[in-house]
Parts: sequence; structure tokens; C-alpha cells
Amino acid sequence: MTNLTLTPALALGDDALVLSHRLGEWAGNAPVLEEEVALANIALDLLGQARILLSLAGDEDELAYLREERQFRNLQLVEQPNGDFAHTIARQLYFSVYQQLLFDHLATGGTELAPLAAKAVKETSYHRDHAEQWTLRLGDGTDESHTRMQRGLDALWRFTGELFEPVDGLDAPWAALHDEWTTRITALLERATLTLPQGPQRGAWTAGGGRQGLHTEPFGRMLAEMQHLHRSHPGASW
Amino acid sequence: MTTPRPADTPAVPAAARPTEWPLWEVFVRSRRGLSHTHAGSLHAPDAAMALRNARDLYTRRSEGVSIWVVPSTQVTASSPDEKDAFFEPAGDKPYRHPTFYEIPDGVQHL
Amino acid sequence: MTTIAPEEPALEAVFDATVAADERIEPRDWMPDAYRSTLVRQIAQHAHSEIIGMQPEANWITRAPSLRRKAILMAKVQDEAGHGLYLYSAAETLGTSRDELLDKLHTGRQKYSSIFNYPTLTWADVGAIGWLVDGAAITNQVPLCRCSYGPYARAMVRICKEESFHQRQGYELLMALSRGTEAQHAMAQDAVNRWWWPSLMMFGPPDDESAHSAQSMAWKIKRHSNDELRQRFVDICVPQAEALGLTLPDPDLTWNEERGHFDFGPIDWAEFWDVLKGNGPCNEQRISRRRRAHEDGAWVREAAAAHAAKHGKADR
Repeated sequence: MTNLTLTPALALGDDALVLSHRLGEWAGNAPVLEEEVALANIALDLLGQARILLSLAGDEDELAYLREERQFRNLQLVEQPNGDFAHTIARQLYFSVYQQLLFDHLATGGTELAPLAAKAVKETSYHRDHAEQWTLRLGDGTDESHTRMQRGLDALWRFTGELFEPVDGLDAPWAALHDEWTTRITALLERATLTLPQGPQRGAWTAGGGRQGLHTEPFGRMLAEMQHLHRSHPGASW
Repeated sequence: MTTPRPADTPAVPAAARPTEWPLWEVFVRSRRGLSHTHAGSLHAPDAAMALRNARDLYTRRSEGVSIWVVPSTQVTASSPDEKDAFFEPAGDKPYRHPTFYEIPDGVQHL
Repeated sequence: MTTIAPEEPALEAVFDATVAADERIEPRDWMPDAYRSTLVRQIAQHAHSEIIGMQPEANWITRAPSLRRKAILMAKVQDEAGHGLYLYSAAETLGTSRDELLDKLHTGRQKYSSIFNYPTLTWADVGAIGWLVDGAAITNQVPLCRCSYGPYARAMVRICKEESFHQRQGYELLMALSRGTEAQHAMAQDAVNRWWWPSLMMFGPPDDESAHSAQSMAWKIKRHSNDELRQRFVDICVPQAEALGLTLPDPDLTWNEERGHFDFGPIDWAEFWDVLKGNGPCNEQRISRRRRAHEDGAWVREAAAAHAAKHGKADR
């Protein structure tokens, strides 16, 4: 089994892997055909990033399919179930703004992640744009869409503090990134006639612990589904 | 007598289907130096989304470097019924084509 | 400008001559009403098949056993959404709307390919769909790239180009299973056993029972007969199955020297008609899932339309 010390590649790779999986659950369920294509594009970008990052940390399939829940290092935000379309867009918005800021920073650094970050930041800025466009339309669309969008933003707010918890081995100006993230989200929500959620950006116990391997209940089920076939045939090639 | 026929991309009466997004025609420049070519169409609520949907749909295999989107209702098309009047007059003006002119062998750069 | 409306017979003569010359009919050309309605039905059914066809494969995205396979499967299901979209666009040039067509699908007034009413029970089914179902679809579709209706033919060109990877990935997937563990090999064989006959049914009823064939052939919106294409498909598959190390579940499958084709056993047309009538294993499930996705998305579509109405050109 691959060495599971928390490398930055593992943390960021798990983020991409898990979010890609969640987006993959939308296949066949999107509100309109054009959006099927858009969501799949984002999921495929993220899966591509995950494969590169996990390969830096070990064998991609071993890491994806043979680790237990407590060994995953992804943010709790990305493992949250899809909910309605607004909920998914809120998750995309929080994550993609964060990921773009972080990758922008990493792309200019000298670490092993720089080349990946430089490539991924182009994808990520498109993901952010997609989330922003939809936030604007849902926020300032109908009463129903406004309510749903605000509800999604509020429900996921408690998972956003973790985005800026320092990751071991990853040199980044976390506080400054957090400020920039808040500025961008605030400005966008204002344009979208939405309100920046109030309240804590983390829960009392587990929220904020994804990087330490503490996850939320839905994650175990997600992994059970994702891993069962691979694990049913030990050692097989696919 | 002919019944009126829809245009290439007929507008759907908006009132009848309030939530059907309008249709957009997509033109893609496949690489620098080439003109935009009609790639197909799609539905989108507005121009900004039409452009993004076009990017996702028509360039996901790197088929393009630039995209135009045009509301289908904004395309004015020539009618095939006018084909003769519209296009035939151009047919008897061969002097617009370089092959019309005879140049002696050996003369170059013309 | 004064134009004198040409008489219908004259227009029909122009139409017939265009089709006879193997040229394309374009949206604004005059065309017989029956040609138009047949095309709408055929293109819509094709589009519906693409989007309903996403379901049996999407069923395995979250369980794909390697990240490489997962990426391939996601890209393939995405292509199907895209292909549905190209085809709805082609149908829209004939004066219908996507909403109208979706409504007909959701209410059972238009069909989709019956093959998608069969379930994907194991991972190997993803491979069998790629190899056999997409293989049959490609056999059907390649001639349609020369169909007489321009927008349909152009959509088919794009689709065939993009689908070339679909069949290959399925074949490669099955190859990995067939050469894998005993359990994997058995999984692959089981999938081929279940998908072979339904794939042969995809070409439609035998020529002498096919309702629309003759007229569609004359109009060049169908270029080969059902039986002709079915035979072509069988001939292609036999050596491919051999290379896979898998058996096609038909004891009557033998080379006929005289015909230069493989003979094959009788197809259970009773099953075909039964599934078509709605009694397949998944008819109800597929349509209700599609309907639910559409209904669940209504508020999203309304929101974007409302936003566009509010902001008009400001956001352009």
C-alpha cells in the first residue's frame, strides 16, 4: 500500500476525485441537455486533475479504490451530496473560487505541483465562470430559484472554513487567500441579489476535519459505491 | 399554392412555451486563418450562456479557437424559391473568374 | 419583387430530381409533407435514443472499476447528450421544437430504440453496449451520413466521427475482462449472451414486415434494408467475437459459402414487439427517470429565462 503521509498532492487529488464523482452522479439528471454536457466537462477536468495528482502520491487506482474512509484527505465540502441544482452550484462556486486562487498561487511556485497547477488553473477558471454564471441566474431569476440558491449557499457555508486550513507541505498565504475568496464571493453574491451567509464557517466537531481524515456520513456511502466493484475482484486488471 | 414553410431555424412562439430557451446558431473558427463556419445550433437563455454552451458542446475535442453565437431568429435567409433570380445572374459572368482570360504560355506571375 | 408561386407538381418534380441526383434537401426547400413528418419521426426517435441511452451506461459511472475507465465512460455518456442535442437541432430545422419532441417522448407518443429497455446488470454490460449496441448503431448510422436531408446527414457525420471511440472502448473493455480472471471472463460472456440478440433486433423487423421501409428508401432517408444491415453486422461480429475469446449465443451461426455470409438462427420477434409495446424490463424506469429529470429541472430553466427577460441585452 502506498505511503499515506499527507502529501499536498494527495489532499488536492482527493478533492478533485471526490468532486468529480459527485458531478458524475448528475449524468442523465441535468435540468437541460446543454447542462449535461457542461457538468460532464467539469467532472472530466477534475478527474484528469485527480489522476495526475494521485499519481504523484502513488498508484492512482490503489489510492482511489483501496483506501478506507479515514485515509481520504479531501475537503468535506466536495463530498457533500448534490442536492438540487442550486446546491450543486453553491458547492461549485465555493470550491472553484478557492481552487483557482490556490492553483494561481501554486502555478508560479517552484514545487512539483507547479506544472499541474498551471494547466489546471485554466480549467478551474472555466469552472468558476460556470458557477458564477449560474449563481447570477439563479439568484436573480425567479423567487423559487432565489430561495433555492440562498438555501444552498447557507447550507454549505459551514464547510468553507476548511478551504483555508493550512495543508502540511503546501506553502501558501492561506489568510490572504481566504480574504480574497471572501471578497470575490461577497461581490458576486451582491450582483446575484443574494446574501453572504452569516454564522460559523465550520461546525463544532467534525466540520473542518477532512484534511485529517474526518468525513461526513454521506462520504462512506459514496465510497462504498465507488469502490465495491474494484474491491470485489482483488488484483484484477480492468 | 405553397403553404408557408419554416425558415432554416424557425422561431418557436415564445408565449406557447414560456420556458423553452431560444435557439442559437453556432459558428466556429477551427483554426487561425480560417473563417467561422456554421457548426450547428443549441438552446440557451441568453448570449453569455449560449457562448459557454457552444464552447462545451462544439469544441470539446479542440475543434475551435473562436466562436460566434447568433440568435436563430436574427438570421435572414434567401429563399430557395428565389434561387433563379438570386443566383443565376451570377452564372453568366465568367469574366469574374481568372480562368476566363487567355495568357500566352511562359508569361509568369499573373 | 413579385414572385409567382410555382405549382406543387413542379415543386415536387424539383424535389424528386434533387433526391435522384443524390443532392441534399435543405430546410427551406419545398418537400412533401410525408417526407417532412417521416424525417421528424426518425430524427426524433434517434435523438430520444441518444438521451435515453445515457441511462444504462450512466448506471455504472459511479462504480467504474478504474479511474481510466471512469473517465472514458463519463466522456462517452457526455457524447450521447451531445449527440441527442445535434439531432434535436436537426429536427428543429423541420419546424418542430425540442420541447415539443421531449413532450412526445415523455408521454410515450414517440419511441426510442428498444435496446435501452434492457438493464445493465454488470460492468461487462458497459463493454457489451460499446461493442454490440454501438456497433449496430454505427452500422445503421454510417449510411445515414449520405441521407437526403442535409441537416440530418451533417449531424450524422459529426456523430459518426465522434462515436468511433465508443465501439473501440467497449471492445477493449471486454478484451480486458475476457483475458482477466475467471470471474471477469464469465462476466464478459454473460453480458454478450444477454446483449447479442437484442442488438440484432436493433435493425428493426424483417424487410417484409417493415412498415416504412420502401418509401424511406426511395426518399434516401434510409439507404439499406434492415436485413441487409443486420447481415452486415453479423458478418463483422463473428470474427471479432473470436478474437475476444467469447462465444456468440447462437448455435446456428455458420459460414455459408454459397451466400458468402454467416447464417444465423431465428430472432425472437415476439420479444421485440413485446419490448416495443412497453413490456421490456426497463421501459417504465427509463421514461420515469427522464421525466423526473425534466420536471426537476423546470425551475432552473424558468430561472434562466426570467433572468434573461429581466436583464435583456445588459449581460450580452
